[in-house]
Amino acid sequence: MNLDGRRITIILIVGVIGIIYAIRLLFLQVINDEWKNQGVALTEKEVIVYPSRGLIYDRKGRLLVTNQTVYDLMVLPKDVKPFDTLAFCKLVNLSIDELRSGLLKAISWPNVKYKPSPLIKQITPPEYARISEELYKYPGFFGTPRTLRIYPQSIGALLLGDVAEIDKGELEKKPDYRRGDYIGKSGIEKAYENELRGTRGVKYVFRDNLGIERNVAEGKLDVAAVEGTDLIATIDAELQRFGEELMVNKRGCIVAIEPKTGEILALVSAPTYDPNLLVGRARGNNFRALNLDKQKPLFNRATQAQYRPGSIFKLAQSATALQLGIITPQTRIVCNRGIIGCHGSHSNDDLEMAIVHSCNPYFRGVMQRVVEADRDKTSRFKDARIGLDIWQGYIKRFGFGSNLGTDIPNVKTGLVPGVAYYDKWYGEFQWAFSTIYSLSIGEGEMLVTPLQMANMACLIANRGYFISPHTVKQIGIGGRPRDEYLVRYDSGIDTAHFTTIINAMEKVVGPGGTAGRAKLKDIVICGKTGTVQNEPKEDHAVFVCFAPKDDPKIAMAVYVENAGFGGTWAAPIASMMIEKYLNDTVSNVSEKKRILEANFLDR
Amino acid sequence: MSNNQAIQLGRIDWVTVGLYLFFVFFGWMNIYSAAYDASQPNLFDFDKEYGRQSLWILISFTLAVLTLLVEGDFFNKLAVFIYAFFVLLLMLVLVIGKEVNGAKAWFGVGSFGIQPSEFSKIGVGLLLSKYISSTGAKFKNWKTRLIAAAIIGFPACLILLQPDVGSVLTFTAFIFVMYREGLSGNVLIIGLGAIVFGVLSIISGATTIDFPFAGEQSGVWVLIIIVAIISILGWLFVKNFIVPRNRKTLYWIIAISSVASIAFSLSVSYIVEKVLEPHHRERIYVMLSMPVEREGADYNSQMAKITVGSGGFFGKGFLEGPMTQNNYVPEQWTDFIFSAVAEEWGFVGSVLVIGLFVYLIIRIINMAERQRSQFSRVYGYCVASIFFLHLLINVGMVIGLAPIIGIPLPFFSFGGSSLMGFTLLLFIFLRLDSERLSIFR
Ligand SMILES: [Zn+2]
Repeated sequence: MNLDGRRITIILIVGVIGIIYAIRLLFLQVINDEWKNQGVALTEKEVIVYPSRGLIYDRKGRLLVTNQTVYDLMVLPKDVKPFDTLAFCKLVNLSIDELRSGLLKAISWPNVKYKPSPLIKQITPPEYARISEELYKYPGFFGTPRTLRIYPQSIGALLLGDVAEIDKGELEKKPDYRRGDYIGKSGIEKAYENELRGTRGVKYVFRDNLGIERNVAEGKLDVAAVEGTDLIATIDAELQRFGEELMVNKRGCIVAIEPKTGEILALVSAPTYDPNLLVGRARGNNFRALNLDKQKPLFNRATQAQYRPGSIFKLAQSATALQLGIITPQTRIVCNRGIIGCHGSHSNDDLEMAIVHSCNPYFRGVMQRVVEADRDKTSRFKDARIGLDIWQGYIKRFGFGSNLGTDIPNVKTGLVPGVAYYDKWYGEFQWAFSTIYSLSIGEGEMLVTPLQMANMACLIANRGYFISPHTVKQIGIGGRPRDEYLVRYDSGIDTAHFTTIINAMEKVVGPGGTAGRAKLKDIVICGKTGTVQNEPKEDHAVFVCFAPKDDPKIAMAVYVENAGFGGTWAAPIASMMIEKYLNDTVSNVSEKKRILEANFLDR
Repeated sequence: MSNNQAIQLGRIDWVTVGLYLFFVFFGWMNIYSAAYDASQPNLFDFDKEYGRQSLWILISFTLAVLTLLVEGDFFNKLAVFIYAFFVLLLMLVLVIGKEVNGAKAWFGVGSFGIQPSEFSKIGVGLLLSKYISSTGAKFKNWKTRLIAAAIIGFPACLILLQPDVGSVLTFTAFIFVMYREGLSGNVLIIGLGAIVFGVLSIISGATTIDFPFAGEQSGVWVLIIIVAIISILGWLFVKNFIVPRNRKTLYWIIAISSVASIAFSLSVSYIVEKVLEPHHRERIYVMLSMPVEREGADYNSQMAKITVGSGGFFGKGFLEGPMTQNNYVPEQWTDFIFSAVAEEWGFVGSVLVIGLFVYLIIRIINMAERQRSQFSRVYGYCVASIFFLHLLINVGMVIGLAPIIGIPLPFFSFGGSSLMGFTLLLFIFLRLDSERLSIFR
């Protein structure tokens, strides 16, 4: 048998396999990019460079919101070697079960073993320092820094707002956010999200043979992050803190605004809570607890509570009637207590005294003149429609029934009932002045928010105009507020008409006035008390004011729920706030003590 | 003729020695890179694979020199004892062996282990050579075929008991040897045909098809119907175009081959679908690029291919391969070492390695052919075939042309047993070759 050819056959087989393999390698390594690209996808990563979120300062430069670095303990399953689980659990303070489920999650879809997943989130720097010393013993585990918001002053929780990981619903609406990104959820954090957030950068890195991350293409592809813009808030941290202190053990709110600028100096909603509670790992539990709290600390009473305006509304009524020319400051109306009740000993006040006495029949009369002016002589029903329309137009120019254009998120608008409202309620031509007269004294269907009442105080202090109340005075240190906060809204009421009203308000906070307790020695406060009936419970105590009379620097609305008479509880609080703001002291120590000790939470 | 042959340095094939040294040192470099740990960069750190490999290299070099000093006749005369010795070790390892990854394949001494299966091929090669070169052996005879099969099959069965299917597969290398020495070429053709038909059976068997009248059935029946149609066509062809006296034989051939292929096809598909454990089935599916259900079942195969692809034309450079340096391929320094070569040295490096291996194998074949002694020639073919099978399966596995079978790439893969085994295998032949002019056996 001739077997010589068989050597050739075998050599051919070996050679052909060599060639096939070489061709295959040519495709894998040179021609086909698929494998190369997958390799790049695995080893080079796009690292998001998170800009640090802008800081927030108060109007005097005190730091209100800042960032703190915390660490997420990550696990890269492919690098994990068998380790002493007990010692590890002790080190990182996890139970064996928690560790097991964490590791399982790290390798379960959509996580894969060659991508890092967080095992423990938000470890504080001192704790991480302790852990990181031992971490070298556990390959595959490492920490990555993350920044958290902290609130060094522990005040203004609802005003400043909070940040949290973006939720699914928001994610669908905001394509430039990613899962796990932080976003402002309320307050300034939400309203100024775009400014605070900055712009995310991207860095392309790969891990070299020393395990060190290096830039791809010398960083030419990288996009630098733009740091978030710092903000100067309008509030005065000391005033805010003092307001929160005064409101301890009470439900209610204080809204203080600088009339000339619309800058909110303090926005207290009580009961309040430490904003640092809604930060980091404890956020979830704390949020649940606050949400279940019967006193509703998450409810911003300053902007979301809608009350009937009560007596303080008589100020707006006066201004409207004067502008319409229906009354003059000298107009007297008999205090006829047959239709509507009154209090105090007076019988035939002029406008100024009617405001001081808060005379209900007087303002019923005023309202009647506004609404029933014989504009339509055929029917009092038709006449009331025309009159109410005119009235509503003026009242709305005070900012009632609107969100005031404020930058505070989720404010309520309140309600200024008009023709359409009563038509729906009673039917067309089924109502007349007699049906709606309780509007005249701020009762009835009208609803306002404390923010709107404070804004009304500003309007009166400014003798006719207001600027939308807002919470940020400088975007970027030395910057400007948003353009809309430089615009004056004119009420359409002549400056002259405010003189009588303001004089009356001065008398309210004078000897014998309903808010006599609020009088200060060297600062002339103009105010008006109110009580919002709240049957069967105790009335809400209300007070609006501004000061000083001739050069108003602060205007305010104070609500103390279920406290009783406005002059007893709301006015002293306002007075102390004014003194604190203007003189940085509180002279009436006993009054302060009385307020601090009062507790209306159980009423 | 002297019975006492001293080594004649001039007659040693120094080209092969040079290739050997290149493979060993280049392999070491790649092990260094694959197992590189920045905190332990010392080449001789015994905690690391490269450190231990340095020790294996030293031992292997010593073994190589010692082997060259041993007279060639020794291997011929003692072939039976050497064979028996390794068979004994294979039996022993089943009893006192250390179980690693589910196989009792190791004699363990601390972190150093010896794997007798890597040495047993030497015994088989020597004994097979001795038997085939004996006067009575003729591959026309069934007796010769059976004895040769027994020599190969006995240790193979012992290894199968460990179980280490990969090592057993490399024993098929000896088919090339027997083919060269007279075994019918049909063995190769039937073997190749069986592989193709087997692959078709697996692919079709993994699908279910809605047959008219019969409902949902395994797709392998489509293949069987095709075989049946071809058989009928063949029968018609024979009936109409072949002279009557040849018809009977051809009818038999058609009948037997069609029945055999149907039976083969059915059994392959049955074994894969019903007998094999899911993870074995997955490996076969992965190799055939068929869809696998479990997430990550093809992880190693994917990572190996990505690592190879990552190298590009010129490679990423020594210690610079991102896939290699980040340990994406598990235990890359053992069976997947070629992926490190491919990533860090690129298409240029990987083709060079394959080319040099092909060159070495062909060189050994040609060296075998120049032997006057049939023993030396057969042994030379054994060496070449074993290298070839390892190259075929190992590199094929890394580049996705063969299933994931854990066998080492000669001289490259980390491991003392394989390096020492391959060194002995090669240097015995180099010694035999150095005596080629003076010996007729
Ligand atoms: Zn009265």
